[in-house]
Amino acid sequence: MIGSCTLACMKSTLVEHEVLQRTLGEAMARGGDFAEVFVEDRTTSSAMLDQRRVEQLSSGRERGAGIRVVVGDTTGFAHTADLTESGLVAAARAAAAVARAGGGGVREIALGPLLDNPSRATILPADVDKARKIELMNHADDAARSEGSSITQVQVALGDSTRHFVVANSDGLFAGDHQVRTRFNVSCIAKGDTGMQTGYRPIAGTRGFELLSADAVAEAARGAARQAITKLDARPAPSGDLPVVLAGGSGGILFHEACGHGLEADAILKQASVYAGKVGQLVASPLVTLVDDGTVEGEWGYLAIDDEGRPGARNVLIENGVLTDYMWDYLRSRKEGRVSSGNGRRQSYQHLPMVRMTNTYLLEGDSDADEIVAQTPYGVYVAQLGGGQVNTATGDFVFGMTAAFMIEDGKITAPLRDCNLIGNGPDVLQRVDAVASDFSMTPGTCGKNGQSVPVGTGQATMRLTGVTIGGAAV
Amino acid sequence: MSQLLERAERMLESARGAEEIEVYVASGVDTEVQAYQGEVEELTTATSNGFGVRILNDSAGGARVGTAWAGSLDDEAIVNALREARDNATFATEDEFVAFARPDGVAAVSLTLTDEAVVSTPLDQKIAMAIELERLVRSGDTRIRQVDSANYSDYVAEAAIASTTGIRASYARTGAYVSVEAIANDGGDDQTGWGLSAGRAPHELDIEKAAADAIRRATRMLGAVKPKSFKCTAVFDPRTAATLFSIIGSALSGEAVVRGRSIFANRVGEMVATPSFTLLDDPTDARHFAASVYDAEGLACRRNVLIERGELKGFVYDTVSARRAGTVSTGSAVRGGIAGSPSAGCRALQLAPGEVDQAEILRRVGNGVFVESLIGVHSGVNPVSGDFSVGVTGLMIRDGQLAEPVREITVASTLQRMLLDVVHVGSDLEWLPGPAAGQSVAIDNIAISGT
Repeated sequence: MIGSCTLACMKSTLVEHEVLQRTLGEAMARGGDFAEVFVEDRTTSSAMLDQRRVEQLSSGRERGAGIRVVVGDTTGFAHTADLTESGLVAAARAAAAVARAGGGGVREIALGPLLDNPSRATILPADVDKARKIELMNHADDAARSEGSSITQVQVALGDSTRHFVVANSDGLFAGDHQVRTRFNVSCIAKGDTGMQTGYRPIAGTRGFELLSADAVAEAARGAARQAITKLDARPAPSGDLPVVLAGGSGGILFHEACGHGLEADAILKQASVYAGKVGQLVASPLVTLVDDGTVEGEWGYLAIDDEGRPGARNVLIENGVLTDYMWDYLRSRKEGRVSSGNGRRQSYQHLPMVRMTNTYLLEGDSDADEIVAQTPYGVYVAQLGGGQVNTATGDFVFGMTAAFMIEDGKITAPLRDCNLIGNGPDVLQRVDAVASDFSMTPGTCGKNGQSVPVGTGQATMRLTGVTIGGAAV
Repeated sequence: MSQLLERAERMLESARGAEEIEVYVASGVDTEVQAYQGEVEELTTATSNGFGVRILNDSAGGARVGTAWAGSLDDEAIVNALREARDNATFATEDEFVAFARPDGVAAVSLTLTDEAVVSTPLDQKIAMAIELERLVRSGDTRIRQVDSANYSDYVAEAAIASTTGIRASYARTGAYVSVEAIANDGGDDQTGWGLSAGRAPHELDIEKAAADAIRRATRMLGAVKPKSFKCTAVFDPRTAATLFSIIGSALSGEAVVRGRSIFANRVGEMVATPSFTLLDDPTDARHFAASVYDAEGLACRRNVLIERGELKGFVYDTVSARRAGTVSTGSAVRGGIAGSPSAGCRALQLAPGEVDQAEILRRVGNGVFVESLIGVHSGVNPVSGDFSVGVTGLMIRDGQLAEPVREITVASTLQRMLLDVVHVGSDLEWLPGPAAGQSVAIDNIAISGT
């Protein structure tokens, strides 16, 4: 069984209460303002089905502690895989090296009782038979190939992780979480006269194996296959500024890039965001109410507590077009004399926390999705978006469309080849002129400063009056 | 023999019966300094180690492999990983092409890829470099309004690979980097520019050059506008060209070919690029930051010519993709650290230099767009279909000279066309961190999307 020791480990606090107190005392010994110990134990498993062959079955285990010490505006950080008291103390001293003043010896830190958060998963990864996982992957493969003989390649990936952590800090905070995540991806290639095309569908959630039913994986597989087959007839995307309708669920990444990153307090405090100093101002169309919400149970970006021990929260960022607040972690909120918004996240114990999104979504409106298309004489309909990227200082951002069609005379017509769309955040936010009520979410992986974390994005079908389509057809 | 190799060898002793074991052990020491407003903002010091183990069972129907890994080297982790890998192997599909690498008689070249100055340089000196880098950028031009972050980082990485099939390899590498992002403003919109310098040790770093690069890139973008859509020749600078070469390199992986995901499959011998285009993957060239003595399966790295004067010569292979393709490994296994399984990939790409420098390329192109930075490469390039659409910032080229800056545009074509549309290759080869070196290239028939 995968990670058969995981259940036993999950009952412990990873490191004894007293050891954590002494480690924190050591970290503060040279005169720090704040110290934190983050101890993590993560078990992962993954498998791939490629051309009906089961390959790369892998199990992994990572355990260690990251210790940070804050002195004024300076953070010292060290991490170790050695969870003995001597290993933790050595890391604490390394992290404390930034506190050059020297202090009055080891400080006494009193931690409260552990505030633990159990996993909400029903079926833990450790309890799932590997044969059952392979059965599901094969089922997805069959479903994808049933869509047509032009499907030449099917790749199915299944992965899960069980992440248990405790975080203790010099303010006495002592909290823990058990996060179970499961993902299932299907990638298909269709081959035709015009070459090869790709289709992709993910299923992912902060849930156990209950996330995956035979029907759900088959539906994802058929969707990925149809997407690839449809694109065999795709023509090069147009080039230039056109109205764009984003299908429900597909376009959350737009807000993640167009303003989400720019609303993270680390960029704000460094004046490295086009949204700095704009709280209270109209920054978007009145149809835009944007929320970052770590409390959406089961979603890919869900968290009971963030990686600094703060409870996940629902934070309204933009309300009816008006910028209401930014997202905060411990370090940045401390500078501003306020509390963290529960957005302090890190990839692992080997990384420092920073401000990150959780589930970021646009609240739905009252238009009808079909009507929005019908009322668009000419434009592009985007059924699925891939990733995106933003320069927060200039606001310029891109997002890639992986399934898109022309809209002609209010009807969805010819499929288009993949390309990026490019825009400037504050400008594009003004261009939202219709939002429907068919809300749904999409899982994604967000990268920032070399760290990846799972996030959700969501929105209902919506229209932008114009955005630049980066196609090859000039 | 290195300590890591001894550890790897010891783990082989747990092999049971006819099973084969391959162990990859890695360790690293990392230092990172981030300076802000003349002070240390973040200082990270870390050591890490871990291993990945693969267990292979062969039978009449083919071999089955299971994998496990752990982020530590303690006995409990090793025992658990061996058990998991063994269990995982029982669920894999029997596959006649699956095998571990065996020594192939190719001798490893001798390369010096470490510099002990990474370890011996005092931390204070490294901190001073980050702070000085920030100071140089802030004070270098009055239009620099902010320095988001100025960073120094270095590492010592060691790895060893041992297998019951006779592989014994160990290697070490050091590296040091500085990088800085500047934000410029002259009353209008902000613009950003990024500078870096890389070496094997701190004394090889050119802080002045990194600072000047960041300032130049940020300030010359000031006043950038979004032009109308048009078609033109685009000149990629060495940095952005290196990204382009990396994408092409990923489609030249034997893994992509045997998995039916490469635009180059079944095209060996065809002219896939212009005759001025010769691309090789050569990890034995010590000037390349990604140079390596051994590949990720412990075979000697070697020089592989992929495209020669426009003609597709072949692909890079690891052991399994080579067997599937009916050939032998080119010593090109790569893996994503302890948690990754080996696959075939380019490691140290370089393009044969052309005859002309960047200024001459601009002169010959006459009118077009000069591409200085890319955004959205992961979302806008489909290496399976070849569709290419990437956000860029850069400058117009007018009458053979760099002219006004442009932003918020995309450049689009297909990878297949772009290779055939290369009109000039620069002589300005620049060694960069990452899997590809870069030099200026001019490519025709690029669609620019603007307003």
